[in-house]
Amino acid sequence: MATSFSIRNSDAAGISVLALEGFLDAHTAPQFEEAIQKEVAAGRRNIAVDCAQLTYISSAGLGVFMSFIEEIRDAGGDIKICAVIPKVLQVFEILGFQSLFDIVADVPAAQAKFAAGPREG
Amino acid sequence: MTNFERRFLLHVPSSTENLALIRDFVANIGKQAGLPDSDLSMIELAVDEACANVIEHAYGSDGTKEVIVRAMLDAEAITIEVVDTGKGFDPNIVEQKELKRLVEERRSGGLGMRMMKLVMDEVQYNIKPGERNELRMVKRLKH
Repeated sequence: MATSFSIRNSDAAGISVLALEGFLDAHTAPQFEEAIQKEVAAGRRNIAVDCAQLTYISSAGLGVFMSFIEEIRDAGGDIKICAVIPKVLQVFEILGFQSLFDIVADVPAAQAKFAAGPREG
Repeated sequence: MTNFERRFLLHVPSSTENLALIRDFVANIGKQAGLPDSDLSMIELAVDEACANVIEHAYGSDGTKEVIVRAMLDAEAITIEVVDTGKGFDPNIVEQKELKRLVEERRSGGLGMRMMKLVMDEVQYNIKPGERNELRMVKRLKH
């Protein structure tokens, strides 16, 4: 029984949206890492990660966000985390992600944040 | 809940594709015991973190090795033990840096152990490298 996980890419007014579905753990984190790497390599640095269909995350998944965020912010972009279900949000909050990342209600809210300019702090 | 101890045992090949199976194993035991969803999620997460560390670090992703997960349930607590015969480590010298510092250094390591300590009531290691490494985690049940 392997972990079920998929990523759907789209573009929302110049912002790259990565919609995650299923379980993001040590088995599937490399797929997510590769997806972000592709965005960065293509020069797309405003990334919204849509977690509406993400039902599970472990530290391996959180580690992917952490390992890219500095590089992306240094290049003038950001990763916004959107539409997180309560069970997954709890995991983000256990490690204090809310102080390092913008965690917003949905993709339009992420677009508004990007439009408002660089993140403070 | 009855107050006698119930014991469960799972042996799985050391591969991250089995993490889902391991999570289901502990979640089903917890469900059977009537644990609230919030506790179930935390136990699932802690066991996932423990086993991912064993698979990737103790065994270096060698799929011929075996991870053993034991669960003990009584009226007071659920206790999970994760056992391997891999290379082991000294849990006292694993750095627990601030999250912000890890991000600045573009590192993501050490999060699993931090997560286990934050979501379980007790986390203890008994490490004998190459022989037997045992991680014991306890979640006390709320009555």
